Amino acid sequence: MRSRVLQQLDTLARNLVPLLLTVALLLAGILPLHITMLQSVAPLLPLIAVFYWTLYRPDLMPAVAVFAIGLLQDILVGLPIGVSACVLVCVHAAVNTQRRFLAGKSFAILWLGFAVVASAALLLGWLLTCIYYVTLVTPDRVVFQILTTIGCFPIFCRLLQRCRLSLAERA
Amino acid sequence: MPDHFNAETETTMPAALKSLAHWLMYAVLVISAGGLILLGKVDTVLIERVRLQVSDTVVPILDVLSIPGDIAARGVGWARHWIDLAEENDRLRRERDELMRWQATAKRLEAENAGLQRLLNHVPDPAATYRSARVIADSSGIFAQSMMINAGSLDGIDKGQIALDGSGLVGRVVGVSPRAGRVLLLTDLNSRVPVFVGASRFRAVLAGDNSGQPKLIHVVPGAAIAVGDAVMTSGIAGGFPPGLAVGVVVEVDDRRISVALNVDFSRLEYVRVVDYASIVSPPERPNALDDRRSGGSLAGNPAQRADAR
Repeated sequence: MRSRVLQQLDTLARNLVPLLLTVALLLAGILPLHITMLQSVAPLLPLIAVFYWTLYRPDLMPAVAVFAIGLLQDILVGLPIGVSACVLVCVHAAVNTQRRFLAGKSFAILWLGFAVVASAALLLGWLLTCIYYVTLVTPDRVVFQILTTIGCFPIFCRLLQRCRLSLAERA
Repeated sequence: MPDHFNAETETTMPAALKSLAHWLMYAVLVISAGGLILLGKVDTVLIERVRLQVSDTVVPILDVLSIPGDIAARGVGWARHWIDLAEENDRLRRERDELMRWQATAKRLEAENAGLQRLLNHVPDPAATYRSARVIADSSGIFAQSMMINAGSLDGIDKGQIALDGSGLVGRVVGVSPRAGRVLLLTDLNSRVPVFVGASRFRAVLAGDNSGQPKLIHVVPGAAIAVGDAVMTSGIAGGFPPGLAVGVVVEVDDRRISVALNVDFSRLEYVRVVDYASIVSPPERPNALDDRRSGGSLAGNPAQRADAR
């Protein structure tokens, strides 16, 4: 009886790992690291996590959770509330439709897929922000952020892959 | 969307229904996100309250998580100090000589100022109260430039207070919850600070545009602004007290006057939050009018305070 409860708790905890990891990456992204210029072009880590988990474990990364993560990001970063939520939900939808294309392909293809999705997502965020404030925010930093986010993908992809495999192993 | 359905033509009915449900959910989520964006545009108070409530919950976590980064930054800084010690010493010595000269000038001006104030029956500004707070989240991304500090209304921080560090103005507190405060940086799109530029004190407004170097707008016509002019708050229209160092003009061309800020936001660990409210909107001061009349010839404080009213 007791062991069954423990087992259920264990399963629950394991199922929450993708979400918690995404939130952790979100928090890590806003910590002050005291490195000049880094903060303004820092990679959008939650985007990587959402992309990865939606692709490989869509059961553990439902659209509603992605929406909630987006809201949390908007709230903590100080963006108009709803912008990141909208962007991340679109990423979720895009990955879901392209799963057949992306799954099982080489890492290069995966990276390319991420590059396309991330660029589109950040440009969408930029567009929404511009519309919200009714001004043209200079796009040069968006381009930088797109590049850093794409550049960071292999590292975090490897990290998330390790987590996913260890989750699968224990299950 | 149609592509998706084409690809799924051979699936059975329940699967098609399922995918329809999926799309419906996406639609609902995107529409609610859009709704929230609109709501944020219409009801800023409600949105800001939600934002602060959530921030308040996350503050303890960020507070702990930001410590390693701070320690690492301090370690790097410490190592760098040791490496640059001789050079630093040299520079400091030169700087000290320079400052000694300034000190003499300042003392002379202080005496002169005190004398003039006595002559004018000047009412001194009330003393401001200071609070130090640690920067626990630097969310200066590409679209919004703000910082979260680990002090809130419980610590006496209030909306509208001014955040400074040793080198100058950082920004203004735009929201507080019991344990956290949000400081809008000078570089944010929504930041507007009335300033004086250069020794001739041309009026302008320092406007953030999410780039590293905010620009000057509403410059008085005919103002001769040159690269190297100092920029300081003017205190006009309230909000900011006069005379706080802001930055230096670094670029002047037809379209844009850019200002390099004194503060390096990426290196901020602590800020001082100052309650200038009593200075910015002073109680009735019967003498102020007299100041304006008799102090017209002085470019200094009295004229400025008259502006601030």
